Amino acid sequence: MARFTPENEALAREIVARYPVPKSATIPLCHLAQQQDGHLTEEAMVHVAELVGVTPAEVLGTASFYEMFKRRPVGQYVVNVCTNISCQLLGGEELLEHASEVLGIPPGSTTPDGMFTLEDVECIAACTEAPACQVNYRYFHRVSHDDFDRLVGELRSGARDDVPQHGTLGKIRQDLPPERLANVTPPALQSKPVWIRRHEEMAAAADGADTGGAS
Amino acid sequence: MTDVPQIVTSRWDVLDGHTLDGYKASGSYEGYAGLRRALEMAPAAVMDEVRAATVLGRGGAGFPAGTKWGFAPAEVWPRYLVVNGDESEPGTYKDRILMERDPHQLIEGCLIAAYAIGCAQVFLYVRGEMAHAQERIAAALNEAYAANLVGKNILGTDFSVDIVLHWGAGAYIVGEETALIESLEGNRGMPRLKPPFFPAAKGLYMAPTIVNNVETLSNLPWLLVNGAAAYRELGSETSPGTRLVAVSGHVKNPGVFEVPQGTTTYRELFYDDRYGGGIRDDNRLKAFIPGGASAPWFFEEQVDLPLEARPVGAAGSMLGSGAIVVMDETTDIVRACLRIVRFFARESCGKCTPCREGTTWEEKILQRIVDGNGRPSDLELLLDVADNISPGPYPVAAFPEEGLEAVPYPPRQTTICPLGPSSVAPITSAIRRFRGDFEALITRRDPIPVAVVDGAVAAAPSEEVHA
Repeated sequence: MARFTPENEALAREIVARYPVPKSATIPLCHLAQQQDGHLTEEAMVHVAELVGVTPAEVLGTASFYEMFKRRPVGQYVVNVCTNISCQLLGGEELLEHASEVLGIPPGSTTPDGMFTLEDVECIAACTEAPACQVNYRYFHRVSHDDFDRLVGELRSGARDDVPQHGTLGKIRQDLPPERLANVTPPALQSKPVWIRRHEEMAAAADGADTGGAS
Repeated sequence: MTDVPQIVTSRWDVLDGHTLDGYKASGSYEGYAGLRRALEMAPAAVMDEVRAATVLGRGGAGFPAGTKWGFAPAEVWPRYLVVNGDESEPGTYKDRILMERDPHQLIEGCLIAAYAIGCAQVFLYVRGEMAHAQERIAAALNEAYAANLVGKNILGTDFSVDIVLHWGAGAYIVGEETALIESLEGNRGMPRLKPPFFPAAKGLYMAPTIVNNVETLSNLPWLLVNGAAAYRELGSETSPGTRLVAVSGHVKNPGVFEVPQGTTTYRELFYDDRYGGGIRDDNRLKAFIPGGASAPWFFEEQVDLPLEARPVGAAGSMLGSGAIVVMDETTDIVRACLRIVRFFARESCGKCTPCREGTTWEEKILQRIVDGNGRPSDLELLLDVADNISPGPYPVAAFPEEGLEAVPYPPRQTTICPLGPSSVAPITSAIRRFRGDFEALITRRDPIPVAVVDGAVAAAPSEEVHA
């Protein structure tokens, strides 16, 4: 698989319709492609380019900036261990070292069985719950070495159905079909919002009445 | 936390506080009552109310939201509201909780702002890595659309606006508002040069765009229900209301706390049992970061400062995003400094040369010091590289023991955005205060251009001298 499935293509078109300028959907569609294939393939980027109306090179240009887009296959579980300052102070670097030993791979690589990718990441906003890590962007707080071992065991045995496969972010999506949109048109076609105009007219009328009364 | 005023945290412990029913039934105000009140007022009156309250921006810069809204040029349409939920400043942990536990509060805040400003559309940009926050906001938006709280003719009025949930994809720099706009347009997240145009004048699609932080907008429902006067009763004259602080690192009780702005001191946050509860193992405090990794460090002498922009700025740092990182006496300062600098080096977008090259060199030099390969000239070299990113004197705290005065915030910069200059904060702070810690790691002499190969002296290729 590489291009969007018909079902995902329909969802992709719905997402594009939410933006006044289609190119804005580039990142959401790259996420959708990654959800479908586990990583972002070249064919998917070509399809994204068609859907948002830019060249494939532009999609690559955007996608390559963001570290969540993996342009090569990664493990079924991407394990992100935070080593930034708050986690470092409470053992984040030691946790990463431990993770590296347990999984038998250095940070930035994938286990030979394709199960785990280990990454040394920047702050993931769990600073008061240090040391923290994520598996496929699901949080684990105050992780001891034993906690980590248990987690890896559970992931290996398939006991963690709360952790979806890599590429799946929010499992609940915003449900916003085009017919429910209030006001999505290109910026050039927009004008003053009706409620602003109404209040201005009301204020002007009140002003006029005041002036009329005074004269 | 009973005696602590709760403006934004009142539903954090409510199990169903994230649902529409839970939002309406619990908390320190009735959910969506603020929106109803706003819709009864003229948009200009709502803006006046927010301006009167002085809602300081909670993203880092601390600029008052009402004033920022007023910067949108008159009679230029459409206008957009972009919500900055790309929380990633090291040490910062508040927006994620607000999005996960009280998404309707944020949505109501967006609606109030969009009504007052006259926005055609709202984009809620949530950091890519926050899957749970994305789910909670998506579910809340679906409920709100179904209840006619978002979309066409909201609550039967002529106010119509769409809120679109947008996910980022992993880039710290996208927290900078012009980079956020670039990212939302589908581009690489690189900051725009400003001036000439600030986002309020020309932002998303070159239309007037207001970018507000999640916490800033989350204050609005309570504010509209209770009024600006009630808001101003909390905190200090110049910093009204409450703010969220994340106290992390070496305290007994790390956590996210809602505290009155302007009056609460760092000492209370570290030692009071309601907050940090003391330094770990009753150790001595070595240093603390008062406002995220970008902020110059503070020390024992500054713990009695209040969470107020002016005194903190005069003392050489900033409140930033309310991220307070505590380091006790056991902390390896050089490693801590390296870790923060490495962060900026990794997250530099590469647009400005002083930042792209400078942060990389800072990291390399610090790494070799930590590895035991540092040279006596390295500290001066490091400060020299730093000076090219942010021409000195760089903001730094006073060091009374050495008779050194504070240098007030903010730093100067040779770059488009403050990322590069922020990398200098840990360097100047740590070297001024703990030069001995660095020097203790530097045992080698400066290299001379020869190398010893198998015991014989040979001319070294010049490349290796700088390697």
